[in-house]
Amino acid sequence: MKTSLKWMVVPFCVCLAVPASAHRAWLLPSATVLSDTGSWITVDAAISDALFYFDHNPMRLVGVGADGPRGERGPRGAGGPPADGAPPATTGATGAPATPPGPGAGGPGGGGPRAMPRQEITILAPDGSTLAPQNGAVGKFRSTFDVQLEKPGTYKLAVIGGGLTASYTLGGEKKRWRGTAESFKTDIPADAKDVEVTEQQRRLETFVTAGKPSQEVFKPTGKGLELEPITHPNDLFAGEAAKFRLLIDGQPAAGARVTVVPGGIRYRDSIAEIKTTSGSDGVVSITWPEPGMYWMEAVVEDGKAQLPNAKRRASYSATLEVQKP
Amino acid sequence: MRKLVTLGISGVIAGPALTGASLAADVKVTIEVPKLDVAEYHRPYVAAWIEKPDGSVAANLSVWYDVKAENKKGNKWLKDLRQWWRRAGRDLDMPVDGISSATRPVGKHALDFSSSAPPLAQLQAGEYELVVEAAREVGGRELLRIPFKWPAAAAFSGTAKGKDELGEVALEIKP
Repeated sequence: MKTSLKWMVVPFCVCLAVPASAHRAWLLPSATVLSDTGSWITVDAAISDALFYFDHNPMRLVGVGADGPRGERGPRGAGGPPADGAPPATTGATGAPATPPGPGAGGPGGGGPRAMPRQEITILAPDGSTLAPQNGAVGKFRSTFDVQLEKPGTYKLAVIGGGLTASYTLGGEKKRWRGTAESFKTDIPADAKDVEVTEQQRRLETFVTAGKPSQEVFKPTGKGLELEPITHPNDLFAGEAAKFRLLIDGQPAAGARVTVVPGGIRYRDSIAEIKTTSGSDGVVSITWPEPGMYWMEAVVEDGKAQLPNAKRRASYSATLEVQKP
Repeated sequence: MRKLVTLGISGVIAGPALTGASLAADVKVTIEVPKLDVAEYHRPYVAAWIEKPDGSVAANLSVWYDVKAENKKGNKWLKDLRQWWRRAGRDLDMPVDGISSATRPVGKHALDFSSSAPPLAQLQAGEYELVVEAAREVGGRELLRIPFKWPAAAAFSGTAKGKDELGEVALEIKP
């Protein structure tokens, strides 16, 4: 499967299952720096309140774990059968329990009306090839899969998503809507007023290196908000400043709002987030106060949406490990 | 006081001192693997190298690790020598002749080097630090530094004492 092709298609057909507000979506690798090729890592994928704890929902990924009686979908399953052709939306319907969905709806295998379509995960190897996630499973709070690092260098794990959100008033009542460019045409009533549409472009990443860090996986796609390292993301140390260049549609993203949150929130009172803004060259500099896992998010809002009269909100987030020097 | 004495002596031996760079100096590094009272003990991985003031590596001296494990399985824990891995290890294809050797038991281990042979033959004059890092499976990690000047005008000896994973580390230079 050609990476370039896939990355072009994904933003238009996948709606990222990230609810609004304080929930953060993340990939958490079991290790980011390894000394031997052939090593395995395991990765958790979740949407949570606190970083990095499993307290809300699993991130549902194509090729990771079964999803109700219909089982695995898609050609990227770890050694699984070929695609049965069932679109993800039907999985919930066939697998729906007889009783009305309670608070547990959306749980593992539960399907139900709240189940979001699965998102594509891209595992990019140092030589530019892509890997399928192995040993996938979906739990109540997290998805998990394994990756074997058979080539020396840096791997990138990326979940790319998008979709539309809208707000409007209908009969004097404020309404909110979430969907795709397709469903937008039919979902919004003709007599809706004050319709405001935002096109979402999301990219969520993490990085793992076996041996010497390499650069191949950082080639920008030129779509949405991306990270171009100046400091390699697997070469981060507490007390040192790291520099990254943010790119929007392949160009330096000036004035991107950046938030950095250290993991381990449960064991401290303050979120201790670092807020900063990228410079005119798109560069952001972060000095890591402590070793540990960090969650970094950058957001750009502009008018460059595909739909007419829509805004765009492009976000980039990454899970980064900062080592003790 | 000490400086005066040094000056006095160097006055006397001014002749050989001027050409000192071409004479071989002896460098001895002593690393103590401490005895630890733990339920599960594995010999530590230990790396010793010479670092420039900018943190880059001037010379790799020694890496003790599970070099004999089948299929390079011992490489798995090399990254636990965090600083060495960042500065040197990840650029090397281990094992490296003359640098890698097996892990060592509890006790003091002396490593002898000559300024006329690798890895010190190419060492430029300047300020350096000897760095010794130890990491132990199911244990901790410790890093010690001994600053020194190269080449040494007079006999030099420096020591550093570890708290957990290293005992005493000593550097002796005889010009």
